[in-house]
Amino acid sequence: MRRHASAIAVHAILGLYTLLALFPIVLVVMNSFKAKRAIFNTPLRPPLPMNFDPVGYTKVFGDSSLPLYYLNSITVTVGTIFLTLLFGAMAAWALTEYKFRWNTLLALYLSVGIMVPIRLGSVAIIQLVAELNLINTLTALVLVYTAQNLPLAIFILSEFIAQIPRDLREAARCDGLSEYNIFFHIILPLIRPAMATVAVFTMIPVWNDLWFPLLLAPAGGKQTITLGVQQFLGQYITDWNAVLAALSTAIVPVLLLYVIFSRQLIRGLTSGAVK
Amino acid sequence: MPQGTFLRLLVFFLGPALLVYSVFSIYPLLATILNSLYSHQRDGSYLWNGLGNFQTLLFDPTWSVPFWNALKNNFIFFLIHMCVQNPVGLLLAALLSLPRLRFRATYRTLIFMPTMLSVVVIGFAWQLILSPLWGIAKMFLQTFGLGFLFAPWLGLESSALITVSLISVWQFVGIPMILIYTALLAIPDELVDAATVDGLNQFQAFVWVKLPLIWPTIGLVSILTFVNNFNAFDLVYAMKGALAGPNFATDIMGTLFYRTFFGNQLQLGDPSMGSAVATMMLLIILIGVMAYLFLVQRRIQRYSF
Repeated sequence: MRRHASAIAVHAILGLYTLLALFPIVLVVMNSFKAKRAIFNTPLRPPLPMNFDPVGYTKVFGDSSLPLYYLNSITVTVGTIFLTLLFGAMAAWALTEYKFRWNTLLALYLSVGIMVPIRLGSVAIIQLVAELNLINTLTALVLVYTAQNLPLAIFILSEFIAQIPRDLREAARCDGLSEYNIFFHIILPLIRPAMATVAVFTMIPVWNDLWFPLLLAPAGGKQTITLGVQQFLGQYITDWNAVLAALSTAIVPVLLLYVIFSRQLIRGLTSGAVK
Repeated sequence: MPQGTFLRLLVFFLGPALLVYSVFSIYPLLATILNSLYSHQRDGSYLWNGLGNFQTLLFDPTWSVPFWNALKNNFIFFLIHMCVQNPVGLLLAALLSLPRLRFRATYRTLIFMPTMLSVVVIGFAWQLILSPLWGIAKMFLQTFGLGFLFAPWLGLESSALITVSLISVWQFVGIPMILIYTALLAIPDELVDAATVDGLNQFQAFVWVKLPLIWPTIGLVSILTFVNNFNAFDLVYAMKGALAGPNFATDIMGTLFYRTFFGNQLQLGDPSMGSAVATMMLLIILIGVMAYLFLVQRRIQRYSF
């Protein structure tokens, strides 16, 4: 009997907190489909045929460049993931496999970036990007995000590579494979699960970042979706239909991705950060 | 393997990562520190200024008042995260890790959801909810007969910072929850079983057996909170703009840094002073990380298995 009561209490707390976590999200998405009057008069009611009105979405996709900004965000995120995984796996392999004099020192040097936020170097990053003529380009964002994400990627991938049995590499060497072939044809396929973890891990902060898009690519049609939505909200601040629709278009794709990848992401969070 | 071939191998594998990381991460950090020792002239040139910028920042009232204000606000921001976010995260993790809990994965996935979303979206959504115009928050309080409690919290100097902090807590509570949750799952069942056989109930077993074992994770969560909080910017900027109103009540180090460097309606941008602010932030974060490594990490070594 007492066990029963405590189980109910546990579910009550978790259930209430879940409601608190979901309420703002559901509220925004729900009201984005409603007519203006219904948004204000009955905000807590779901959209029904009688008060359905997609005017916000027509505005968002009609007179703005949000589709372009989506493409920018996808380009930046995919580019960052690709470079982070490729360069990170290569460095992790060299650091775990080869013994050389500066090995430990290099590993330490690369791990500085795990704790020190790269944002604090922004003044010099802007000057550097300006000198390279990369202001308002996606290239600048990809390079900065790659630098930002490499340390943790190398850390996670190194742990994974170290677990691969030594015999496997030695056997490949006996067969006469070059070191390059061993890495690209044997090691890379083996660490695919860890790479998936790093990818999911890298994806969310890059997609959601506001700071570097604001500093490095604030205009010229190179805005990411996060910055684009921020600028859009600033312009349409009094148009509630447009604002709610813009927020929803930013929320829904991320949540879909999250639901698809949530298992991998949570595993990544736990394997990466706890050790 | 011949020396030359081995060297080429190392350059091939390590070169790209080291290049990108050094150029876009380490060099900017060092250059920022160096920048903070010069003063930016009106004609765009730089003059050596030693520690002059820091003296200005800490003691000249036009600079020091905003600086201490931002630092104080940032500490409040951090304390609210430590006192609300991490205990709530711990509670949720403890409940989620209970044996034989149904819907475990569903709760975990849904509670973690806000953490996935962009701060811009979160900030704006909460702004709408708390807005007196829409009146959702007021309506909510009224259903419980507490309508008189409602105030435009985000617009009042006295409550804006606390409100922004709590919204940030709401968004990021998933991180301590997940980290502590996994640490709890890693504790061998036999330990808890042994405690229950000795007559402890679930709650006592948690406090006396599990909690001491997850101190390392709680330490890690604390330092992560510290670094993230003193590096925060997005939420305040998205909700209150670069001026961090009302009357700088929500100004934290990140927004101060942005304003100093970029300028705003009130002042011109100044790369040297911006670098000085960034260097101070770096120092604060380094002090936090060092304190963690030397005090917390060393102490808890004894408990880990």
